[in-house]
Amino acid sequence: MSAGQLNATFAALADPTRRAILARLANGETSVTELAEPFEMSLPAISKHLKVLERAGLIARGREAQWRPCRLAPQPLREVADWVEQYRRFWEQSLDRLGDYLRELQVPEKKHGRKKT
Amino acid sequence: MAAKKPSAPAMAGRTVQHATFVIERTYDAPPSLVFKAWADEEAKARWFGASGEWQLINREFDFRVGGRERLKGRWPNGRITAFDSLYQDIVTEQRIVYSYDMHIDGKRISVSLATIEFKPLGAGTGLTVTEQGVFLDGYDDAGSREQGTRALLDKLDAALRS
Repeated sequence: MSAGQLNATFAALADPTRRAILARLANGETSVTELAEPFEMSLPAISKHLKVLERAGLIARGREAQWRPCRLAPQPLREVADWVEQYRRFWEQSLDRLGDYLRELQVPEKKHGRKKT
Repeated sequence: MAAKKPSAPAMAGRTVQHATFVIERTYDAPPSLVFKAWADEEAKARWFGASGEWQLINREFDFRVGGRERLKGRWPNGRITAFDSLYQDIVTEQRIVYSYDMHIDGKRISVSLATIEFKPLGAGTGLTVTEQGVFLDGYDDAGSREQGTRALLDKLDAALRS
């Protein structure tokens, strides 16, 4: 993720209303009107928040002119939250063990200090 | 595609997610030795799927193009995971390509293509693992995207409030 994108993401997340909107969208896509209901805010105020979230890539909006459903597009969040991370972690751990195993094989001709990390 | 289940296609929770990641490592061992750690059954058992927590139930290993490798094991919480792979391409000491799928309690949760590249680096080896996968709706049961996102938002909430 680029620094600019990361800044946009964090700026978008730094507001409790916007985080509440994301939490609501985690349940599924919905309309702006529905989204606005629990917040006691005007539709334009909600729209403004949605624009910030959209620019940060955290939500996506439908194309329908009248009913522009919002849905979560959590790609930026996935950088941290993703279960795909579990696969990566599995690999990292396995490759660590491979390194241990290879070092064992080379005992007593143990060599250190060439490791790139 | 013979085993397609007559599931409700419009059912919520049917999701696909594509992802690719690359991991690079350097080892102080020549490519011949590193490659052997992938190609030899005993050697591979020493490091792959050898986690202390995960109790191995079954292991099969047939290292040749068209051959399969299977691992099945049980986690402390009782959950059974199975890894089932098919070797697609093997070039000795240079690369291994295999496709595999993962199951949790009998349910397919991902299908991936893994490419392992071995490159001589001085007296050592540069290893590159590239995984390209499609992660299926098992995701929602296994970890839950919603729960994951919610948990993250909760943490962010707490962090930003403090």
